[in-house]
Amino acid sequence: MSTESWPLWEVFIRSKQGLDHKHAGSLHAADATMAIENARDVYTRRMEGISIWVVESKYIHASNPEEAESLYDPANDKPYRHPTFYHLPDELKNM
Amino acid sequence: MQNPRSSYHTNFLLYLADNSLILGHRNSEWTGHGPILEQDIALSNIALDLIGQARHLYQHAARMMNESENLVADAAMTEDKLAYLRDAWDYKNCLLTEQSNGDWGKTILRQFLFSVWHQLAYEQLRYSKDADLAAIAEKSLKETSYHLRWSSEWVIRLGDGTSESHNRMMLAVMELWKYTGELFAPCAYEEAMQAEGIGYDLSAIHTRWSVCVQEVLTEAKLPLPKSEGRPLLGGKEGIHTEQLGYILAEMQFLQRAYPGCEW
Repeated sequence: MSTESWPLWEVFIRSKQGLDHKHAGSLHAADATMAIENARDVYTRRMEGISIWVVESKYIHASNPEEAESLYDPANDKPYRHPTFYHLPDELKNM
Repeated sequence: MQNPRSSYHTNFLLYLADNSLILGHRNSEWTGHGPILEQDIALSNIALDLIGQARHLYQHAARMMNESENLVADAAMTEDKLAYLRDAWDYKNCLLTEQSNGDWGKTILRQFLFSVWHQLAYEQLRYSKDADLAAIAEKSLKETSYHLRWSSEWVIRLGDGTSESHNRMMLAVMELWKYTGELFAPCAYEEAMQAEGIGYDLSAIHTRWSVCVQEVLTEAKLPLPKSEGRPLLGGKEGIHTEQLGYILAEMQFLQRAYPGCEW
C-alpha cells in the first residue's frame, strides 16, 4: 500500500477546556471519514479532545509571509482598536 | 480443588480474557509494521484496548480463584501468572483470534469478524449477575464499538476497493470463515454461565452477528460464504491450532527464562 495517493489533511481538535478548535497537526487519509478516524487515533489518545474537524490541506489558503509588513504592521499603533476600555463583569469568563 | 460451579465461572472469564489477550497480541505484532503511520497507531490502540480488557478479566478471575481455593502469598493466582505461565492447552481463546496476521486485509477481517461477536457479547454481559463482569463489559463496550466501526469501514474500503484489495479480501474470507462457527458453538462453561444469568445467549448473538456481517460484506461487495460448513472447534476447550504455540513462545519467553522478572 502506498501513501502517495492519499491526500494530506489538517486536524483541528476542540479540547475539553477550550472553546474553539485548535490546529493539532496533519495526517494522511483516503477520505474524510478515514481522516476523522485517524485523527481520533493519532491526536486524541490522551484525552485531548471532544470534537474533531478535518479539512484537506489543499483547501487551506495561507497568507504570504513576505506580505507580513503590509498585513500586520499597520495595526501596531492603533491601541484604540482593543476593547480594553470596557469594564467586563466578573461572570464573563471567556473573553 | 475448585468446585465445578466456580470453575465454570473462572473458565468463562478466562475464555473472554484469552480471546482479548491473544487477539491483542496478534494486533500488536503490527506495531512498527503497519501499512502507514496512521493505521499502525490505530491498530496498536486496538491492541492496547484488548490487552487492557484482558487484564481486567484476568484480575477478576484471579480474585475468584484465590477466594475459592484460599490461595495466599506466593501461591496466589495473579493476572501475570494467568497470562505468562499457562501453556497452550490451558488457553481457551477461540481459534479465530490466534490465526496469523497474513496481510492487512486478513488482519482487518479477523478483527471485524471478532468485533461483531465481541460487541454483541459485551452488550449482553452488561446485565450479567456477576457485577464485576458487568462493569468490565460496560467499560469495554465503548472500545469495542470503535473496533467494530473501524474494522467495518476497512472491510468495505478494501472489499469495494481495487481488484487487488478485493481479491485479497476474498482470500481472507475463505481463510477465516471456517473459524467463525466456533464463536457460536457453546461449550460447557458457556452453557452453565448462561443458565446462571452470568453469561450470554449465544444463539441470540449468532442471529444478530449473521445480520451484521452480511450487511457489511454485501456493502463490501464480498460474497457471503454459502454456509459456515463444519466449523473448526477446540480452542474453547484448549485444543488449538499450531499458531498459538508461536504466540506463547514469544509472549512468555521473558517470564519463562527469567521467572518473576519485572521491568
